[in-house]
Amino acid sequence: MARKVTSRRLMVSTAAAWLFGFLIFLPILWMVLTSFKTELEAFAMPPTFLLFHWTTENYATVQSRSDYVHHALNSIMVAGGSTLIAMLIAVPAAWSMAFAPTKRTKDILLWMLSTKMMPPVGVLVPIYLIYRDFGLLDTRAGLILILCLGNLPIVIWMLFTYFKEIPKDILEAARMDGATIGRELVYVLAPMAVPGLASTLLLNFILAWNEAFWTLNLSTLDAAPLTVFIASYSSPEGLFWAKLSAASTLAIAPIIILGWFTQRQLVRGLTFGAVK
Amino acid sequence: MGQITLQGVHKSFGPVNIIKDANLDIEDGSFVVFVGPSGCGKTTLLRLIAGLEDVTGGQILIDGRNVVDVPPAKRGLSMVFQSYALYPHMSVRGNIAFGLKMAGLPRAEIGRKVEAAAATLNLTPYLDRKPRELSGGQRQRVAIGRAIVREPKAFLFDEPLSNLDAALRVQMRMEVTKLQKQLGTTAIYVTHDQVEAMTMADKIVVLNAGRIEQYGSPLELYEHPANIFVAGFIGSPKMNLISGEAAAAHGAATIGIRPEHLKIGQEGEGWPGTVSVAEHLGSDTFLYVDAGKLGVLTARYIGELNLKAGDRVWLSPDPARLHRFDKDGGVIQA
Repeated sequence: MARKVTSRRLMVSTAAAWLFGFLIFLPILWMVLTSFKTELEAFAMPPTFLLFHWTTENYATVQSRSDYVHHALNSIMVAGGSTLIAMLIAVPAAWSMAFAPTKRTKDILLWMLSTKMMPPVGVLVPIYLIYRDFGLLDTRAGLILILCLGNLPIVIWMLFTYFKEIPKDILEAARMDGATIGRELVYVLAPMAVPGLASTLLLNFILAWNEAFWTLNLSTLDAAPLTVFIASYSSPEGLFWAKLSAASTLAIAPIIILGWFTQRQLVRGLTFGAVK
Repeated sequence: MGQITLQGVHKSFGPVNIIKDANLDIEDGSFVVFVGPSGCGKTTLLRLIAGLEDVTGGQILIDGRNVVDVPPAKRGLSMVFQSYALYPHMSVRGNIAFGLKMAGLPRAEIGRKVEAAAATLNLTPYLDRKPRELSGGQRQRVAIGRAIVREPKAFLFDEPLSNLDAALRVQMRMEVTKLQKQLGTTAIYVTHDQVEAMTMADKIVVLNAGRIEQYGSPLELYEHPANIFVAGFIGSPKMNLISGEAAAAHGAATIGIRPEHLKIGQEGEGWPGTVSVAEHLGSDTFLYVDAGKLGVLTARYIGELNLKAGDRVWLSPDPARLHRFDKDGGVIQA
């Protein structure tokens, strides 16, 4: 029997969901609001919510002090590049593990995941030294490499679970129907895998965009993405909350817009397999 | 044409022998059912014929040509899978047409053939739907449509009805048999359900532990089982198998008697026993009789018989219908 949902219950759970959503959203909202305050009001106690003197001077200052477009382009290239390379490696890897598993497939998957359990700071010094010796410090190629390696286990795992969901019978049916491997890929597998590929791509892009540890430690200016741009506003001379907020808002705006337009793909990707 | 011959086919996965020396002659146009308990190798044997698995040894001949090195699509067979295995992103039309499209047929001809197949299977109204918008029975029909449209030499069915509910299964069973007779195409059908085997088959292959135990028509298997395994596997309720003194009296290690060949008689006639369960179905009465040293015997009486649990009965086997088996389980010919 289906559980009976009373209207009262529905109201309570709806209210709870809204409250929870608002709590998660609050820091972002606060950051956006602060970016429109003066530095003085940003510090004010008690804080003002909406009734303050709205100003866009922070954005002007941020734009004049540092080159947003330069950092944004770096972010796009680093996140995009690392995602593309990770996908190029991960698709065939996950493919073979899902459709031609061996005795060791499970071990390999677990080993890859285990690398994510190590705190990155543990290998910071050796990586830094290697990067210095190879001239990779503050280069886009260096950042692309480290982000790609860092996200690869997650990408392979996600794709592996997607491919696993494609029933083997369907591939065999295609073989019986006379499809060659190439046609099987084009007509049967690709259309079935596209949602999985798309959501993996998106998630990986967002992860790479937001990655701060390696980007902050391995780049300073030339290759510095938006994370470094934000961090530059928490300076030794003191915190400039309003300007920091303006920089942060600018930094997350592109990814929020991307996320907004692809949220259906993302939700589907993250809940894949859980709901049939 | 669709004559399929297996000559000394065997298959092992690593050290495990799944199929041991299978020899079989399937006549053109016949409906052959592979039946056996799970893990007996029936699906593997079907997949070997399909070409989805490679044989370890032996030959598979289709119309006289050895096909062990021929890829699945070139063998001219089509297969219906247990899970239907429809292409989820294609419409019913796309699913049925896929094989023809891969074969490179002209578009007009594909359209005509798909329409014809859909009409045969009452799928015309659903041609533009996606598989997820269809019921289980309809999906099964699409899977069959995909198989018939290619006009194969033989159909291979891998437990195609096991995902359907009981009523639909009976209906589809008849539809599949009717369709096969109408098309006159050879069919190999795998099932673990011996009722399906008995009702659908022209000939049944009973498999056990990778070995073909017997190959024959349903009634041949029922009336003349070649060994204890077939005797016990075919027929419901199961044949009574008795060993010990009672068997020795007939010069056998084990004797078998079907429930309907046990006469329920008067006091003093045959083996005495006590009814432990009586099932009254109206058309039949099944008695489960505790016969002491002989074990529990099942007896079937056509019609209603007024007996209940605890009643004392005497059972005597029809000597003409008694099956005798030697100590290796093989039948002893009269």
